Amino acid sequence: MGVLELSRWQFAITTVYHFFFVPLTLGLTIAIALMETKYVRTGDEDYKKMAKFWGHLFLINFAIGVATGIVQEFQFGMNWSEYSRFMGDIFGAPLAIEALLAFYMESTFIGVWVFGWKRLSPKAHAATAWLVAAGSNLSAIWILSANSFMQQPVGYELANGRAQMVDFWAIIGNPHLWLQFPHIFTAGMVQAGFFMMGVSAWHFLHKTKNITPFKKSIRFGSTYALIGIVLVILIGHFQAQHLLETQPMKLAAGEALWETENPAGESLFAIIDQDNHKNTVDLKIPGFLSFLAYDSFSGEVKGINDLQKEYEQKYGAGKNYIPNVWLSYWSFRIMVFVGFLMLLLAFIAFIKSRKEEFNCKPLGLKTFIWSIGLPILSVAFGWIFTEAGRQPWLVFGLFRTEDGVSKAVSVGEAWTTLIGFTILYAILIVFTIQLWVKYAKHDMELEPETSTSEA
Amino acid sequence: MDLNILWFILITVLFIGYFFLEGFDYGVGMLLPFMGKDDAERRAIINTIGPHWDGNEVWLLTAGGASFAAFPNFYATLFSGFYLPLFLMLLGLIVRAVAFEYRSKEDSLKWRYNWDWMIFLGSFIPAFLWGVAVSNLLIGVPIDSTMTYTGGFFNLLNPYALVGGITFVVLFLFHGSLFLSLKLGGEMRDKAKESANKYWIPAVVMAVIFVVYTYFAVPSFSASAVALISALIAAVALILAGIYAKGGKMGLGFIMSSLTVVFVTILAFATLYPNLMFSSTSPANNLTIYNASASPYTLTVMSYVALILVPFVLVYQAWSYIIFKKRITKDSEMTY
Repeated sequence: MGVLELSRWQFAITTVYHFFFVPLTLGLTIAIALMETKYVRTGDEDYKKMAKFWGHLFLINFAIGVATGIVQEFQFGMNWSEYSRFMGDIFGAPLAIEALLAFYMESTFIGVWVFGWKRLSPKAHAATAWLVAAGSNLSAIWILSANSFMQQPVGYELANGRAQMVDFWAIIGNPHLWLQFPHIFTAGMVQAGFFMMGVSAWHFLHKTKNITPFKKSIRFGSTYALIGIVLVILIGHFQAQHLLETQPMKLAAGEALWETENPAGESLFAIIDQDNHKNTVDLKIPGFLSFLAYDSFSGEVKGINDLQKEYEQKYGAGKNYIPNVWLSYWSFRIMVFVGFLMLLLAFIAFIKSRKEEFNCKPLGLKTFIWSIGLPILSVAFGWIFTEAGRQPWLVFGLFRTEDGVSKAVSVGEAWTTLIGFTILYAILIVFTIQLWVKYAKHDMELEPETSTSEA
Repeated sequence: MDLNILWFILITVLFIGYFFLEGFDYGVGMLLPFMGKDDAERRAIINTIGPHWDGNEVWLLTAGGASFAAFPNFYATLFSGFYLPLFLMLLGLIVRAVAFEYRSKEDSLKWRYNWDWMIFLGSFIPAFLWGVAVSNLLIGVPIDSTMTYTGGFFNLLNPYALVGGITFVVLFLFHGSLFLSLKLGGEMRDKAKESANKYWIPAVVMAVIFVVYTYFAVPSFSASAVALISALIAAVALILAGIYAKGGKMGLGFIMSSLTVVFVTILAFATLYPNLMFSSTSPANNLTIYNASASPYTLTVMSYVALILVPFVLVYQAWSYIIFKKRITKDSEMTY
C-alpha cells in the first residue's frame, strides 16, 4: 500500500473509533443535565444519584473521546497536508471556532462539574452540567459544518488554486449541515438512551436491591431513545431525498442501482459485480425507491452508469466517478436495518417502563444489555456510507481524495502511525470496557465514587 | 496593522497560554512518580491540576485550529513535516488524558502506579518534543519550493533541537514545582519547595546554554530587538524565581517562572517574525505570514470570532481556578 491507502485506512480507523464515544457524549451530557435539573427542581434525591451515577460512566467515555479527538485535529495536517492547503481557508475556521467556542466550554466546565459538587450551589452546579452539554453539542455543529462542505460545497470561490471562503453564513447555513446535525444529535439521544436501558437492565437481571433509581433510569432512557430513534429515521429519510439532489451517485451506490429506473425499486438483497457494473442477484420491492425518493410510486431515480456519463461531461472524461458500490450498499443497509431494530426495542422498553413494575424476562433483559452496541454499530456504518459514498471525491465535485495526501510523509512513516494508533486504540478499548463494566455494576445507593471520594 | 500580523500575534498568544498552563501541568505530571511517595500523596498531586488539565490542553487544540484557519500552509507543512515527533506527542497526550481519568478507578496499587508512569511519559514526551519542535522552527528545516518538508525524521534530532528539548523539560519541572508549592498543603508543600530549589540551577544552566546556542546558530535572533529583550526578561525572571523560591515567597516565584515561560515563547515567535518557518534549503522557500495565510475574508471572519469569544474563555477559565483555589492536602476529598 502507498501513503494514500495507508492514510485512508488510518483516517477511517481513528475516526470511526473516535465516533464510538462521540454520540454517547452528545446524548448523555444532556440526559445528565436534565436529571440534575429535575433534582434541583423537585428535590428528589434519586435524580441526584442518577446524575452522579451516569456522570461517572460518562467520564470514562469522555476521557477516551477527548484523547482520541486530539488526533482528529492534527491528522489533517499530518496525512492530508495538500487537502489542508486546498481547504484551510474553509475547513480551518470551523475547527478553530469549535475549539474556541465549544472545547473550552466543555473541558473547563466538566472540571468544575466533577470537582464542584460541594463548592457550588445546587443550581450553579446544574448550570455547569448544561454548559458541558452545550459545549459538546456545539462542537458537533462546527465539525459537521466542515464535513458538510465536503459533501456539498457552498459559500466559496476557487482562487489561488484553493477553495476560498466568500460567505461564512452560507457555510454554517449549509442545508446539508441542518440535516446532518439533527441526525447526529438525535443519534446521540439514541446512544445515551440505549446505554441507560442496557445498564439498568443489568440491574434488573441481577436484582439490585435499590432498584428505584434504575427504574427511573430505564423509563428516562427508553423515552429518550424512542424519541431519538423516531427522529433519526425521519431525518434520515429527508437526508436520502437531499442526497438525490446533491449527491445522486452516493444514493445510487447505496442502492446498488446501476441503471436508471422509473419507477425505481428498493433493493433488499443484492450480490454486486462492480467490475461488470451489474448485480448478479437483486431482490427488489418494485416502485418503493421512487416512493422513498418522491413520496410517490413513480419518479425517475438515476443509475450509476448514467451518472458516470453525466459526471464525465461535467468533471472530465476518462476518470472513474463511482465509489465502492458493495461497501456503500451494505453499510447503508446495516445502518438502516439496525435503526429499525432499535425502533422496535426502544418501543418495547418504553411500553414496559410505563408500568408500575418493570416486568421483563431474563432473555429480554439480556437483549437490552447487548443492545448497547447497536447504536454504535449503526452510527459507524452511517459514517462509512457517508464518507465512502462520496469517493472518489474528498470535497465533492472540487477535489479528489488522491490529491489531498501529504507529500512529506513516507510509506514507512505512514505504516508506523497506522500501526501505532491501531495498537494503542485496541489496548485502550480493553481498559475502557473493563472500567465501564465495573462502574455500571455499582449500586446507586453506594455512592458511585466510593473508590475516589476517600483519600 | 494588517490581519496577518494580528493573527501571528494571536497564535503567539495561544502558544503562550499553552506553554504557561501546560508547562506546569507537564511539570506536575513528570514530578508525580518521584515526589508522590504513596498513593495518597500521588492523588493529592494529581488533584492540584485535576479540574484544569483538560481546559489547559484546549489551548493546544486552539493553537492548532487557529493555525489551520489563519495560516493553512503553516499547519500543513509543519504537521506533515514533523510527522513522527507529532505522532509520538499524540500518543503521549492520549495516554496522559486517559491515565488521569482511569488511574483511581481501580483499587490495585499496581494498576494506579502503572498509570502514573503513563502520566509521566505523557507529560515528558510533549514537553521534550515541543522543545525540539520550537528549536527546529528557529534553526530552520529543509523545505522545498512547494512548501513541502524534505528532511525526514532524524534531521529533526539535531544537537540544537535536543538542547531545546531538555531546556523545556527542566523549565517545566521548575515551573511545575512552584505550582505545586502553591496548591499543596502540609508536608507536601515542603516537598514541592525542595523540588523547586532542586530544579532551579538545572533550569538556569539549560536556559543559558539554549540562549547562547540560539545566539550563534539562529541569525535572526540577534537581529530582532524584541527577541533579545525577551531573552533578557526571561533570564532575569528565571533568576528572580529561584531567589524568591529560596526565600519562601512561592507566589512571587511562580509569577516569575510564568514570566520566563511567557518570554521564552515570545522570544521564539519574535525570532521567526515575519516568517512562520525558515527553509534551510533557500530563504525564498520560507513560509511567511503572507504566503502561508488564509484569504483576507477568512482572517476577517476569524478576527470577529476571536474578539467575541476569547474574553469569555479567559473569564471562565480564571473563574475555574478561583473556585478551586483551596490548598490540597493528603486528607482533602479527592476526585481523581
